[in-house]
Amino acid sequence: MNVELRDPNTIMKLSRLGSFHQSKLSFLRSFLSEFKDWDYKRDLFNLDQNGYGEAVYSFKKKDRVYSLVCFANEIKDEERSDRVIATKWDAAFTLHDGVPSKDDIKRLKNEVPKQEVGRLSIKELTLSRANKSVRVFNHVVECLSEGKQPDLDLLSKVGYLYRTTAVYGSGKFGLADRFRIKNREEINGPFRLEMMLVYLVRQFTFDQVNHVAHYKNPKKAVKLDKQICKNLGIGNSTGLGMAPFIVNHPTLLNNWILSREIALKKIREIKIVENEDSELFKDCVKKSLKNITSWNTDSEYQQNKIKLLLKDVENFIDYIENNFNFKTEYPFNVIYMWLEQNVCEECIEYIVSIMMEPYNNITEPLVSNMSSDEDKYFNIPTNRTVQELLDIIEARYPNILEINFDQKENNQNFWFISKNKEEPRLADRFEEHGSELEQPLAIARDIKKLYEKLLLEKNNLTIAKFLSLNSELRHVVRRAFIIEKFPYSEIQDNTIGKSIVPIDMLRLKLSFFGALKFDPRSDKWLRICMFQGAPLPNELKNYDEQWVYKTSN
Amino acid sequence: MRSLSEIETAVKRASRAVGFSWGNSEEVGKSIRLLELFGFQGVKNLNQYYAVKQKKKFEDLNLISEKNEPSLEAYCPIILGISFLDQIKSIENFETIRFEKIAYPVIFLSFLSRASEISGKKIYAKFDKNEILLNLNVNICSSFFNQKFPKLVDKVEIKFLTNQDNFTEIEWNSLYKLAENTFVEESDSLKQGAAGAGLTDND
Repeated sequence: MNVELRDPNTIMKLSRLGSFHQSKLSFLRSFLSEFKDWDYKRDLFNLDQNGYGEAVYSFKKKDRVYSLVCFANEIKDEERSDRVIATKWDAAFTLHDGVPSKDDIKRLKNEVPKQEVGRLSIKELTLSRANKSVRVFNHVVECLSEGKQPDLDLLSKVGYLYRTTAVYGSGKFGLADRFRIKNREEINGPFRLEMMLVYLVRQFTFDQVNHVAHYKNPKKAVKLDKQICKNLGIGNSTGLGMAPFIVNHPTLLNNWILSREIALKKIREIKIVENEDSELFKDCVKKSLKNITSWNTDSEYQQNKIKLLLKDVENFIDYIENNFNFKTEYPFNVIYMWLEQNVCEECIEYIVSIMMEPYNNITEPLVSNMSSDEDKYFNIPTNRTVQELLDIIEARYPNILEINFDQKENNQNFWFISKNKEEPRLADRFEEHGSELEQPLAIARDIKKLYEKLLLEKNNLTIAKFLSLNSELRHVVRRAFIIEKFPYSEIQDNTIGKSIVPIDMLRLKLSFFGALKFDPRSDKWLRICMFQGAPLPNELKNYDEQWVYKTSN
Repeated sequence: MRSLSEIETAVKRASRAVGFSWGNSEEVGKSIRLLELFGFQGVKNLNQYYAVKQKKKFEDLNLISEKNEPSLEAYCPIILGISFLDQIKSIENFETIRFEKIAYPVIFLSFLSRASEISGKKIYAKFDKNEILLNLNVNICSSFFNQKFPKLVDKVEIKFLTNQDNFTEIEWNSLYKLAENTFVEESDSLKQGAAGAGLTDND
């Protein structure tokens, strides 16, 4: 049986992309899998009794060493902010390429805590900062120092001791450009070094909280229970900065989605499913209910999505337990068809993610296809004709062409870069100033403009001649030729309409990171948790791959 | 040190700010990144060009022919470079392409380098008396190393080089003869058995 890949015009809609969940293809899980046989070490832990100072953690294999350099600083409560406009954080981190010398640490101590206004070197690969969840951190210190373990209900509500507010890589602020390291086998997957940084930061938070509790009451203090540590992750506050990334990296976006779609297609094409595989799948679905019921958010939007998801997953469990037989041929295809008919988008994508759990043989080869070299596809084939470009647009953007951008609500917003923090923002073009400095992120509108211009030209005109008269459309001409080869490279929706929910764009990216428990704080930023339930570094050599579904929080 | 990623982003935004379209600005970002990677003063020259451009109107050349002369001011190296890239398929058959007066020619050079990769041919360029060889965007050989690029060149000559060997047939045969010393002369029994197909491969 040949199952078709799903239609990009369905999958690449924002509401669908905003329903994606982590899976075996997610970057934090593929990072753990890649680095599980590396040697982990805490090389330096030089904190004072209040937990301020430096620490270094490393992963090593043969001659290659990656070192996380941590700087924990004292800040006042009023200085602590998750907003990107903050200038001080509880801790700042960089991932250094190799073993940092004393001079390196001295240099980094001066630069890393400054974050965006500091300068890094090509010896550094990623940069980040994090703030304590003061409520949880202090509670844990208090309890441990008194010889008790902390209140699990409180930990469960938050899920982490620290949350990062940005993780930078790829040449930002002087960090090494991606091209310098892209041929290293161990980082042949997107965001692998960013994942490493976050993972090691998580361990630092446990070591720091134990250290502070010990010095608070050396005679009585106990260490945070390892199982409790495992059920804590690292939080992350994410705003609009992530949204343009997926628009500006079309072939990368394609490769992420295409890998997911190929995995689903191959799973649906399995004629006979082994008993142990179907049992693993069912077990993960059932255990995952805990992830849904422990998913806390004040966002009414997300609460409604969670309620619907829970109801649909329970329905699905009822279906596979009582009305479905895994002995049937192509069982996952039957399941998928049932999902399409009976549950919401969020549940479809949730179950699709879990379908991958038994199939390392399908997912592992796909992981290495999830990076991309955008430069390879940058040049426009200008010898092609207007007719050819029209054909591509009609085939690849059918729903976009139906949008009427003369209607105010379809042209309501504009994306811009704020002068204060050089971060992307979204605003109402009819109420705010600055739309003349709009960023080229209104792809749907500009594709429609391009299409209308092309219709006025002779069909055999070359793109070179068309561009010589229409340079303002060059950015979308390039994209149209990219989507010809990469069908999942474009969001098939209007990114400037009145009804846009920007966090759908963030959610897409975060699901590929492997984030859990999306907690929208508005339509423009959200909090998430990463690595909750993940093995600790000293457990990596032998860990349960389905840890995601076995957290107790 | 600024990373190439920072350079590309800043150049793209600056180019948009001086009036180029976003698509053209993307091209400038890639090109200046390339110049800096190859050790040419891309950022410095672009900065100077954008400062002068505010006061002076450079000419846009949208359609390239074998001989190109601006009517008044020098050509804008950016529009010229983009036109060169876009029209590569139609101009690569010209024997020589000549331009008079190009402002900040090092900026144009980066587009020529990319054009060499797209066409799959080496490009020879002569900027007044200085010769430059653009090798498929892998490297740029020039006599400009450690020299400042001029702000204006009066005469530019471009040739697409036919892909041909850099050595004579005699030199090749001599080398190949040496290489043959790593081969084993086949006996009848080796002919019979070593390839697995026997003495004939007819079916």
